[in-house]
Amino acid sequence: MSERIEVKKTYKLFIGGAFPRSESGRTYEIFAPDGSFIANPSLASRKDLRDAVVAARAAHAGWTAATAYNRGQILYRIAEMLEGRADQFAREIASLEGINEQDALQEVHSAIDQWVWYAGWSDKLSSIAGSTNQVSGPFYNFTIPEAMGVVAAIAPESPSLLGLVNAIAPIIVSGNTTIVLASTRSPLPAITFAEVLATSDLPHGVINILTGNKSELTPWFASHMDINGLDISGLEDSQMVNDVKIAGADNLKRIHSFHESASPQRILSFMEAKTIWHPIGI
Amino acid sequence: MTTFDYAPALESRSIVTIDPSYGHFVNGRFIEGKNHFASINPSNEEVLSQIALAGSADVDLAVKAARGAYEITWSVMPGRERGKYLYRIARIMQERAREFAVLETLDNGKPIRESRDIDIPLAAAHFFYHAGWADKLDYVGLGQSPRPHGVAGQIIPWNFPLLMLAWKVAPALAAGNTVVLKPAESTSLTALLFAQVCQQAELPAGVVNIITGNGSTGALLVDHPGVDKIAFTGSTEVGKAIARAIAPTKKKATLELGGKAANIIFDDAPIDEAVEGIVNGIFFNQGHVCCAGSRLLLQENIAEQTIEALKVRMAKIRVGNPLDKNTDLGAINSAEQLSKIESLSASGDDEGVHRWSPPCELPAKGYWFPPTIFTGVTQANRIAREEIFGPVLSILTFRTPAEAIEKANNTPYGLSAGIWSEKGSRILWAAQQLRAGVIWANTFNKFDPASPFGGYKESGWGREGGRHGLSAYLLSNENGEEK
Amino acid sequence: MNQNTVVDGSEKSLLNFLGNLSGVDQTGANARAAMLGTRSIKTSSKAKAIDLAISMVDLTTLEGADTPEKVRALCSKAVRPDPSDPTVPSAGAICVYNDMVGIARNHLDSIGGSHIPVAAVATAFPAGRASMEVKLQDTTDALAAGAGEIDMVIDRGAFLSGRYMKVFSEIQQIRALCAHNAHLKVILETGELTTYDNVRKASFLAMLAGADFIKTSTGKISPAATPPVVLVMLEAVRDFHTMTGVRIGVKPAGGIRNTKDAIKQLVLVNETAGPEWLTPTLFRIGASALLNDLLMQRMKLRDGFYPSPTYVTID
Repeated sequence: MSERIEVKKTYKLFIGGAFPRSESGRTYEIFAPDGSFIANPSLASRKDLRDAVVAARAAHAGWTAATAYNRGQILYRIAEMLEGRADQFAREIASLEGINEQDALQEVHSAIDQWVWYAGWSDKLSSIAGSTNQVSGPFYNFTIPEAMGVVAAIAPESPSLLGLVNAIAPIIVSGNTTIVLASTRSPLPAITFAEVLATSDLPHGVINILTGNKSELTPWFASHMDINGLDISGLEDSQMVNDVKIAGADNLKRIHSFHESASPQRILSFMEAKTIWHPIGI
Repeated sequence: MTTFDYAPALESRSIVTIDPSYGHFVNGRFIEGKNHFASINPSNEEVLSQIALAGSADVDLAVKAARGAYEITWSVMPGRERGKYLYRIARIMQERAREFAVLETLDNGKPIRESRDIDIPLAAAHFFYHAGWADKLDYVGLGQSPRPHGVAGQIIPWNFPLLMLAWKVAPALAAGNTVVLKPAESTSLTALLFAQVCQQAELPAGVVNIITGNGSTGALLVDHPGVDKIAFTGSTEVGKAIARAIAPTKKKATLELGGKAANIIFDDAPIDEAVEGIVNGIFFNQGHVCCAGSRLLLQENIAEQTIEALKVRMAKIRVGNPLDKNTDLGAINSAEQLSKIESLSASGDDEGVHRWSPPCELPAKGYWFPPTIFTGVTQANRIAREEIFGPVLSILTFRTPAEAIEKANNTPYGLSAGIWSEKGSRILWAAQQLRAGVIWANTFNKFDPASPFGGYKESGWGREGGRHGLSAYLLSNENGEEK
Repeated sequence: MNQNTVVDGSEKSLLNFLGNLSGVDQTGANARAAMLGTRSIKTSSKAKAIDLAISMVDLTTLEGADTPEKVRALCSKAVRPDPSDPTVPSAGAICVYNDMVGIARNHLDSIGGSHIPVAAVATAFPAGRASMEVKLQDTTDALAAGAGEIDMVIDRGAFLSGRYMKVFSEIQQIRALCAHNAHLKVILETGELTTYDNVRKASFLAMLAGADFIKTSTGKISPAATPPVVLVMLEAVRDFHTMTGVRIGVKPAGGIRNTKDAIKQLVLVNETAGPEWLTPTLFRIGASALLNDLLMQRMKLRDGFYPSPTYVTID
């Protein structure tokens, strides 16, 4: 009996709930630390970004209108589905990043726990970040945090899965939609994660995942006028950070980067405070 | 028919003393400026005083004074004591309220009724409100012992000179920062009077420094390496330039920028109050208001009657001498602003939109523009898209609530919006849909120190007022801090 | 369009009309009235306003203890408010209870005050809690005694319980009785209507039913003629004029005690209904103590120093 030949996966982009190849037709090669070839993921172009922003914008109205309870359940469901495939992710991460499977599994578990942690925040944001304001006059006045719109993220190079989750979970829990650029070096767990999302309850377009060249795509993220906010925690190069901030000023993008992986500040940085006045009278 | 003309009721200007020229207020005392420019009363083009133009040496001196005061006194002083200084300032502002009001009106051109009843009392209220925060910073929501940034560089506009100063200075000081403030080129006088208030309050030297000048002075302040935090209110264009300028630095910024607010009138609105709200929305402070309700969206079935009612109401607007206690609409702040308003209004004429103003006699001298509406405006017209910052209202109509929201949100700005309806659920629905930081429902242009103010999208970064505004002047010690 | 075509007299059309009136936001109305209260009326405009206010005063006494002597004194004062100064205009009217109408009419006629009408409070003033027969008789008596103006009260109980047609019909019946011989002022008693929405609704109800004037209050209930209530009523007469071309008068009564209050009322008229209403045929102020304050302020403007109350006559 001959040895069975493994069916290998084709890694594509994740845009609007679908898995298209890059419109440019480009791919790039991913090798394991031992130099063996692993896959040819898509090398996304600026037009793929453009399409992803359109998908994210289209998804925003529905996602932000969903009840916080519903969003929390959907985030929790992502955690459930990741849990079921934890070993698969661990193997993929281990082979890509050259770490042992035990450490890789630890990373996957952290990613799962992040989804659970952020899921629980969905319906508590206005109680910590909102207020009723005692104005001097016959008015009821209150402030609520509200999702910003389309908030993109540049994920760190590693940890490939956890870094991605740290970026997108706080963005979407509040009702934002997102486009995330995965680790350039280790993009495969991001696309495998997209397969989890595709079969979860997450509406299409809420999370869009691109793979490709960070230095090529980041400037397009920064200058895109329909992106409201940008998490650049994954950018290391200080010149690139400066360039992003300068380009982002054209539409006054809210650009942030964070030390911590689990913080309500990561959520609130991509929310707007909306204050509403109404007279009190009979 | 009997007519009831109101005889001139001029507020006396004898209460104010204006020096022929002013220097900068640095480290607790006034220092001479080298170059000067004139500050003009826009209602009659009278030169009020010569204002010093700060150059890099002055900016440097002011920032160093602020840094010194931050390190030696202000950051180590218990919040309780800082708060007492703010209370003192608030009290002195109240005591000298009439003086501030008259000076503001002379320098800015706004009606004395507004400076007396709105600008000055609200400015004092901001100091009172923030005074109480100074020893309660642990409760702002940033965890235990949040830290001030250090030196705040603050640049304010000419539309509410003292009030914008209060919005900036009060929270900065309460949080433990020291400040270098630059008032707008055309309206420095109340800031300089405020410097005297700081002296009377015996505020430690260097905690508040005021340097006067133009945009170049502002740029020097933004670029100064000794400044940790920028707070700016002004045009979106300058706001973006500031965002670019601080990109390579660790400086944080709050930006309160332009707007093109929609004021939406549904057919079940309380119509008389809505008409008042329209008038207050666009003609308050000559329309020199970033959150002005400059786009009126009228539900189609009440459009005609509402425009008629608005015209009747507009005919009652009293335009003239800002020092007259019965004046409703004062002077345009500068020749430059007047020509901008004139040119944008002319674009409305060129695009075939119908312009209307009530008959009103404008003074011969000074900078004046009548209350003006444009009817039949579409989203494509320049006057519906660009901020005019003057008493000019663009009127559009809508048929369905969804259309109203779509039009209201169809702008890169997102500062404020108005909703008029007697139906609670519709108000809450519209408030939820509108992409703006301040929503006034069945009211407009209301401000309060406890109420956060600031915009979405290209209307700026951050909030001013309330707990939200205060936290912009603090850094958290907890995990989760930004890089 | 005249007022008769606004509603056709049926309950359905009345309810439909009242139901479609726009609401009044209390905070907004209060703010507008307060802003107009800041108008500073000085020198020549103050002098003019004082004379105008004097000519609009419905000099009123509505006490159980009223005597013929007091009513005659009031009449004399209405004709010549300041005996030492003939340039002071006469007051708008004398307003008394039914039984004093004849006394007032006769006295006015005998002292050269035949141009001053006597207003009678009628229809079971102030509560209006009587049968329609009594209300009609009350009005008939007043008219017979020479009343040129009838100040009727509405049935607030009926209004508040939603029986608008009853209120409408009562006004119509009194209107018919007054015919062309007497002006009809309809007292809404706004202090009992509790909301500005109701004030607006009651104003239109009264106008549609044939009121010549809508009047705020009986003077027996507080709050009475507050500036925002008068503002809402002035907006109603302005809108009614736009609809029908007919100008209805407004009479605030109760709580207007000094010149400052009175001038605030005139500012409200000027900037709400418009200067067309600045005439005693369209605006009256129901008051008693007010007149003396107006006279004292007038003396101050004329003489340049403050007078003593002993220089004006007590009622």
